[in-house]
Amino acid sequence: MRETALTLDQLRDRFSETNPPYTAHEAAVEADRCLYCFDAPCIRACPTGIDVPTFIRKIATGNVTGAATTILESNLIGHSCGRVCPVDELCVGSCVLGAEHRPIAIGRLQRYATDALYQSGHMPFETAPEGSKRVAVVGAGPAGLSCAGELAKRGIGATVFEKQELPGGLSTFGIVVLREPIRVSLEEVEFIRRLGAEIRTGVQVGQDVTAAELLSSYDAVFLAAGTGSVPDLGIPGEDLDGVTEALSFIAETKLAEKDGIERLLDLPVGKRVIVIGAGNTAIDAATVARRLGAESVTIAYRRGDSDMPAYDFEVAFVRNEGVDFQFLAQPVEVLGEGGRVSGLRCLRMELGDVGADGRRSATPVQGSEFVLPCDQVIKAIGQSKLEPLFQAFGVDTERGYARVDEALRTSNPKVFAGGDCVRLSGHALTVTAAQDGKIAAKAIATALGVVPAEGELPTGVSRSGAGRASKQHSGAFQPLRSAPHAVAKGGHDG
Amino acid sequence: MADLTSTFAGITSPNPYWLASAPPTNSAYQVNKAFEYGWGGAVWKTIGAPVLNACNRYGAFEYGTHKLLAINNVELISDRPLETNLREIREVKELWPDRAVIVSAMVESTPEAWHDIVQRIEDTGADGIELNYGCPHGMSERGMGSAVGQVPEYCTMITRWVAEAASIPVIVKLTPNVTDIVPPARAALAGGADAVSLINTINSIVGVDLDTFEIRPNVGGKGGHGGFAGPAVKPIALHMLSAVAADPEFGEGGLPISGIGGVQTWRDAAEFLLLGASNVQVCTAVMHYGFRIIEDLVDGLSNWLDAKGADSLADVIGASVPRISAFGDFDLSFKSVARIDESSCIQCNLCFVACDEGAHQCIDLTVDGARIDPAALSSDARPQPRVREEDCVGCDLCSLVCPVDGCITMVPVESGRPRVTWNDLVRDRSDVTTDWDAMMAYRKETGIDIH
Repeated sequence: MRETALTLDQLRDRFSETNPPYTAHEAAVEADRCLYCFDAPCIRACPTGIDVPTFIRKIATGNVTGAATTILESNLIGHSCGRVCPVDELCVGSCVLGAEHRPIAIGRLQRYATDALYQSGHMPFETAPEGSKRVAVVGAGPAGLSCAGELAKRGIGATVFEKQELPGGLSTFGIVVLREPIRVSLEEVEFIRRLGAEIRTGVQVGQDVTAAELLSSYDAVFLAAGTGSVPDLGIPGEDLDGVTEALSFIAETKLAEKDGIERLLDLPVGKRVIVIGAGNTAIDAATVARRLGAESVTIAYRRGDSDMPAYDFEVAFVRNEGVDFQFLAQPVEVLGEGGRVSGLRCLRMELGDVGADGRRSATPVQGSEFVLPCDQVIKAIGQSKLEPLFQAFGVDTERGYARVDEALRTSNPKVFAGGDCVRLSGHALTVTAAQDGKIAAKAIATALGVVPAEGELPTGVSRSGAGRASKQHSGAFQPLRSAPHAVAKGGHDG
Repeated sequence: MADLTSTFAGITSPNPYWLASAPPTNSAYQVNKAFEYGWGGAVWKTIGAPVLNACNRYGAFEYGTHKLLAINNVELISDRPLETNLREIREVKELWPDRAVIVSAMVESTPEAWHDIVQRIEDTGADGIELNYGCPHGMSERGMGSAVGQVPEYCTMITRWVAEAASIPVIVKLTPNVTDIVPPARAALAGGADAVSLINTINSIVGVDLDTFEIRPNVGGKGGHGGFAGPAVKPIALHMLSAVAADPEFGEGGLPISGIGGVQTWRDAAEFLLLGASNVQVCTAVMHYGFRIIEDLVDGLSNWLDAKGADSLADVIGASVPRISAFGDFDLSFKSVARIDESSCIQCNLCFVACDEGAHQCIDLTVDGARIDPAALSSDARPQPRVREEDCVGCDLCSLVCPVDGCITMVPVESGRPRVTWNDLVRDRSDVTTDWDAMMAYRKETGIDIH
């Protein structure tokens, strides 16, 4: 176990948000650089379609409240997304300044705007008066909160059931403090409450309240339960003292921000730590272990470097933290001495042909066993599925995920589902969960016969240009130059 | 190395950069320091009638994060006693015999007052005197400054009082707060001035505080018009300079012009020289950055002259004046069209929206070469803006909004029409200039198709 105790100041320093907030001047300078593109690609690159040029222009003009409103109009989880989105893969990656110039730091600007709004306590939305319709939302993570907020804006009563004592899902418990402090997630939750949604914590659907009860008491149900706990490795030695699971390990550091950093003094961390898995949670767990004082942290992964599900920027970050990698290493046994972990026995893997999933197959090499000495093993090998929950709601599944159509309707007409629990393929992102909540809320509202919220823009329409054809006017598109141009020149004189 | 030595109305200085009469030339301390940095000359902050200043005195015109695109001020002429100024001017001139020391003055509008101040200025050994006919606030209400500059007859009269008493060159500083700056310039010439300088500051209210509703600069809860100066006024100054420089009547007098108004860099200075200024005066840039900017002002101008193969300032002074014309004499057969270099285009599509909504609808958005409906963009492919050259009116807006240097250029193309000006039409085809049917017939006849 950890030998040199860290001071509270050291811990506070190591477990705080990596990027400092922009000062007003920094934000103004960065916002000023935005070209305000027509039909900006960043809008399309955002899964929730945030009108990026409009919100950045509002920052530049000093209308920060308006900037945050623009963000939240498209994404009620924008406060988290500004911090945790893989922006290089999304909005920033599409910025026209990217190729030869420095792209706009859209995430940092988004954070600047939402920070200001949440600090001010201003509520920019007027919600419709609550009608007679009631919707139950299962899970208070990004998808559930987004849906509940969107429903509340439309005057639909939303009650969110959350099994944890704190709402927010992975934003609250699973994303390392360095990227998103717990405060941010809880501010976001509070905002959804203020929109009118009710959030009940410590209520496990299936135990404390049954699916049948929800189905009979509510007009519709939105399942946004995420995924289950980290599954067992299924190898000998897994119950040894010193084997932990990544999500609860990370959750401890999140709670410490809220409940007092001294909490981390009691969090056991090994001297030599092995993290099994190579997704974003594994990366976060490895970071946490290093920052808690582990002398060496090694990520063991059964496939190769290029197969890692974690983002490149996260891998670069964790390498910079001093974390090592053992690729092509398949754990087969946790070794122990006196009931405590002493090592991890692995098999060397060999890569074969590309399989149906687009990745090269990995097969063990005979007689290649080796031992990685360690005193702590952290499991980060994905999360289990929630098959029983879906069965209880009469929802068809596919490979353990709820099967949904484009509007996130399940096989049960009263039940909708979104977020990680429907994420059969692709990255399970906070922002895609937020968009799922939005899509589901709209579909639910339609199903319940509730009209769109006041001021709601049709999908694909932005205020900064393009997709504005919803109103037909005399400037209608003329397909050919030879067609009389006078139409398009209507009102133009000179 | 080109020779930057400047001779202005007989006054020589090692370079054409003078500090304008303003806060940076308020004291011997400042002017000595400026000369140490290498400034060619200084026009002392206006001396004359007793004054009492207010505060706040300055307000800034800002844009985005760019500070001080211009300063607005309600500061008056020097509030230091006349004797103090005169003593310091003498000391400075004795210390710096090779620099131009000019004294700006403004006194009550009587011959006695002007004769007296001219004599006292000459006694300091100063190289010249500048008559402040421009100050738009505080002094104008007392019948001085722009109150004089706005009335050509007063301008001639006072210039004459000064010229008859002065043995050193007399420079008349003109106010821009007039509809046409040429009559006051001619008036200065008629009064016997040796040179003019332009422009003084422009009447302005620089802004309103959105929290307190106070006018900026705020003087105890109130505000009023002040004088606007700095980079933002340069285009107005260049216009007024060109109007005077191209005026034949003023030209007959052969008076040099000192260019003032938003000179911040050597590039600005070079433009003033090309439009006929023999030297330039600088204020706001120094108020923003200090005297040290003189190094690049000199170095940049020198390198530019070398690059142009010019040996001295004389080679470029007024070189663009023959190009000053007016709409009636523009060649209406000249045609240019916008061309987009698609290899450097970043598809921000600012040119499209500018052309479509702000100009003449000649740029299309295309995907794989096919025009698409911009209101219903759905493709993941980034649309490429493309100019319909046959429709392009050559307005140049697209290239102005394009953020990529060199991406959109205006290319001259053969119109196939003979040279013709509006004045030609007025003279030869007056029906075309007065009657729409005749105009349309003329367009058809000459093949002008405006889409």
